[in-house]
Amino acid sequence: MFKLDFRAVAIATAATLSLGLATQTLADDHAIESIHFLIPGGAGGGWDGTARGTGEALTESGLVGKASFENMSGGGGGKAIGYLIENAESNKDTLMVNSTPIVIRSLTKVFPQNFRDLTMVAGTIGDYAALVVANDSPYQDFSDLVDAFADDPRSVTVGGGSTPGSMDHLVPAMAFEAAGQEPTAVRYVPYDAGGQAMAALLAGEIQILSTGFSEAIGLADAGEVRIIAVTSPERVPAYESAPTLVEQGYDVTFVNWRGFFGAPGMSEEKRQQYIDVLEAMYDTPEWETVRARNGWVNIFNPGDEFTAYLTEQEQIIGDLMRKLGFL
Amino acid sequence: MLEGMLAGLTTILSLKMIMIVIGGCLIGTFIGMLPGLGPMSIIAIMIPVAITLGDPSAALILLAGVYYGAIFGGSTSSILINAPGVAGTVATSFDGYPMARDGKAGKALTIAAIASFTGGTIGAVLLMGFAPALVQVALLFHSAEYFALMVLGLSAIAAFAGRGQVSKALMMTCLGLMLATVGESSLFQMPRFTMGLMDLQSGIGFITLAMAMFALPEAILLILDKTRSKTPDQQQNEISQLRITKDEAKTMAPVVGRQSIQGFLIGVLPGAGATIASFLGYAVERNISSPKEQEEFGKGSVKGLAAPETANNAACTGSFVPLLTLGIPGSGTTAILLGALVALNVTPGPRLMTDQPEIFWGVIMSMYIGNVVLLILNLPLIPYIAKLLTVPRNYLIPFILFFTLMGVYIGQNNATELLILVGLGVMATVFRIGGYPLAPLLIGFILGPMLENNFARSIQLYDGISFLWERPMTGVLLILSLLLVCLPSVRGLLQRRRQTKAETKTV
Repeated sequence: MFKLDFRAVAIATAATLSLGLATQTLADDHAIESIHFLIPGGAGGGWDGTARGTGEALTESGLVGKASFENMSGGGGGKAIGYLIENAESNKDTLMVNSTPIVIRSLTKVFPQNFRDLTMVAGTIGDYAALVVANDSPYQDFSDLVDAFADDPRSVTVGGGSTPGSMDHLVPAMAFEAAGQEPTAVRYVPYDAGGQAMAALLAGEIQILSTGFSEAIGLADAGEVRIIAVTSPERVPAYESAPTLVEQGYDVTFVNWRGFFGAPGMSEEKRQQYIDVLEAMYDTPEWETVRARNGWVNIFNPGDEFTAYLTEQEQIIGDLMRKLGFL
Repeated sequence: MLEGMLAGLTTILSLKMIMIVIGGCLIGTFIGMLPGLGPMSIIAIMIPVAITLGDPSAALILLAGVYYGAIFGGSTSSILINAPGVAGTVATSFDGYPMARDGKAGKALTIAAIASFTGGTIGAVLLMGFAPALVQVALLFHSAEYFALMVLGLSAIAAFAGRGQVSKALMMTCLGLMLATVGESSLFQMPRFTMGLMDLQSGIGFITLAMAMFALPEAILLILDKTRSKTPDQQQNEISQLRITKDEAKTMAPVVGRQSIQGFLIGVLPGAGATIASFLGYAVERNISSPKEQEEFGKGSVKGLAAPETANNAACTGSFVPLLTLGIPGSGTTAILLGALVALNVTPGPRLMTDQPEIFWGVIMSMYIGNVVLLILNLPLIPYIAKLLTVPRNYLIPFILFFTLMGVYIGQNNATELLILVGLGVMATVFRIGGYPLAPLLIGFILGPMLENNFARSIQLYDGISFLWERPMTGVLLILSLLLVCLPSVRGLLQRRRQTKAETKTV
């Protein structure tokens, strides 16, 4: 205990000396002694990496005193959500990590709760989606695909590393819908993992691979495929040559966000503390290290903005899934 | 090419690098012995450490050491306590464990070490020579071919069924296939057969089922039957006992040679991998053995142990072909390695060999060094590892139980998995006592999802089942499966006819 206080004081003193405005920061530093991260999936997955990376950056930068982690898999994340709601009293210091599937899975009733039952803290990182074709593909841009699709919807097969009705399926469906085509006619073939879908693309079994943008960059760098569409509003600096769907005339944007939720009934004050500490994290070199290591994109969506964003996403995805017959 | 090899060698041959390889191998071996932690999770744990090393070659060499160490460590738990921690070592326990129970644990470990070493090394040679050519062949495999390959893998079950047990084996296979359907499949988002239980939503875990089928019943049977396991007495456990006799070496050599190549080729396919390589390796070797040797399979056959061990290591090396030449991860482990490479600013792909030859050759050289170091480190350790079984039973059995429970808990952190484990374990014990083979159940469970998904994908792509005759390679593989299933029965039939002929003559 003494050691911890000493360290905090030392950091605060250093900050006071160098910046001269640290009185405020001092209070914030002390505000969060420890965070317990609840991870709804097993070790090694995307949620796990996000929680552990965030915890690492927060503690090593001294913003948070201590971080602990708990993996609770089951029910596609539903078990952890149920646990957090039922034990809200004893989980005041808990943040649960989640991502776009919380919206999709509550729509498909995989679990009965949805994000409104939790305290919305913040979306912290995100990844855009991308459509990829093989180098020797005749399709140069998305409109070529739309033309081929209009001629014969069966001539264009989309593959991805996740189930029908998941993001990899919804993104091409949205894109073809924006092009005035029938989204239910999109043939989506699910693979067990992104790598196998990529192999299928190179083998010519599928014509388009639908995947996350950061993964697509890796594949394109390897020199075997081209990214023909990305779902960001503007071109992404990390890979300037990938055209957006918007600039090609198809009004589709999509972000697979990852973020943090608290137990229901968290006080407004406490929520603000978490938001502040997460916001402060972006400026630390420790976060930059973690972010760069994982290839994440900073997309900060705090508090009520987060709620508004998810509500909109739920609306869009829900409409599309109803049209596709998943709901 | 020679230039590249030399460059790779100079990268590797320094005191620092050798220390890193040794460290990696040791860490991998010891963590790999815990059934819950396969190469994938160990590599995931080690990636931050590797990245702090800064130098990409050093990081890769560390990870390669950990990888090979983990694979070797994994077979140790299969052999000693019948607890395969990863799917790739399930087949290792078929003959490895009976050997250990016979008091020949040290020998079994030695055979496994040598088979692994050879498989890995021959794999590395093939990787070096044929990677770019092979990857083109791998891309000829579509979902239809993968479906046929899974059928071939399933047909290997005939090899696991003893005489007169074919119907029992088939029943267990079906049960395994049924268990595999529990949970959300990758084809639909809807859960199947979960009975509303959230813990079943993501299906039954592989580790849970493997422990429930193999390790748990074994521990229970050890309690029930006091004469079940021979404790190797001190004299027997001397070094001479570990040494492989000339005869054994002679039996092993062709198996290891064949399986190095077969395993490697299966490993090159991005949708297959070490598990299928090990099952097919076991099945093929059993089918081409003489009838007398066939009897030995499942009871501690040298061939039956060497085949899957060689094949799974060669396949692990083979899975680097699509990774290094196309940047496609063919297995979970290579997917994690790909993540590590990207974090180190190395982009695997066709340009790697020309753009960053020191990394490409560094990886390949680290495979050789990793394999050699592992062999040198482990051979002297084997007597001590094997001594584990000399621990008195009243300490050993709780130890096995603890190991089993921990292995199941560690990956998921979900206590309900333990209840599922105990439930399935009791079921498995009843099956064992009733003489039903459990290996087919586990094989059905492992291959089931791949069989189903590839079949469903093919149907979707072809709007029907026309792929069965429109794709020649699918047909060939399916015919091969049919042969693999029928061969033992046909052989038996011929034998019987010959016997009856002989009898009628004597009459």
